Amino acid sequence: MSDFITSIKENNSIVIIETNGYLNNVGGEAVSAVVYEKMAQGQTKFLINMAATKIVNSIGVSILIEIIEKLQEVNGKIGYYNLAPIVAKTFNIMGLTKYSTVYETEEAAVNDL
Amino acid sequence: MKKPSVELRLPILPNMELIATQTAEVISRHMNLTEDQGAEISMALIEACINAFEHSKAENNVFINFLIEDDSLIIKVIDQGIGFDKTKVEIPKIENKIGKDERKRGWGLQLIQELMDSVEFESNNEGTTVTMKKNIKQ
Repeated sequence: MSDFITSIKENNSIVIIETNGYLNNVGGEAVSAVVYEKMAQGQTKFLINMAATKIVNSIGVSILIEIIEKLQEVNGKIGYYNLAPIVAKTFNIMGLTKYSTVYETEEAAVNDL
Repeated sequence: MKKPSVELRLPILPNMELIATQTAEVISRHMNLTEDQGAEISMALIEACINAFEHSKAENNVFINFLIEDDSLIIKVIDQGIGFDKTKVEIPKIENKIGKDERKRGWGLQLIQELMDSVEFESNNEGTTVTMKKNIKQ
């Protein structure tokens, strides 16, 4: 597992990926590798816990857009929680919030997704 | 009296933009900027550095100047690359990227403009200077 991903777990058939550090191209590709592997196993719902990711760049976030696109093909969904304010603002500016959801907590995310 | 300034010279290597953000964080604290303002400056700086590293095709260093004014922080990101024509840069929209063949990247300028109070671009075939300003909110 990449250093960027500190844990992968499941809750109510949702794959929850916990990240750590800078979401750049390397971090984004680490997340996409996990998502695509789990999609190949039939999983369609994903959450990213970004509590330990305080900084991102647009290349890393663009990889999340690619993931959203792939998930649309299987009626899948992705959401995020524990976002730093600047990460939430970046997601909003780039439009991710039109195609995926930011939650306050894991519980809220698992109940809704 | 001359205003204080900080100058950085960054080699074009992976993640060097984080050196610029660390400097920006120290300056933001010195200027008593809010945490949100500091984070916005860092994010804009990351994007300006990535543009300079990746798109300018500069082979040398990227220079960053922080100018500490009484009522604002001005940051100049300077490369000696091939330059670009801002009028030819399309404003990205996710609707035009999702489910289409279009590349998903190309958000840097949009983010910089949204996160800073003013942004100016000077560019020619000898390089680009991006001048970003964040006003201090009292």
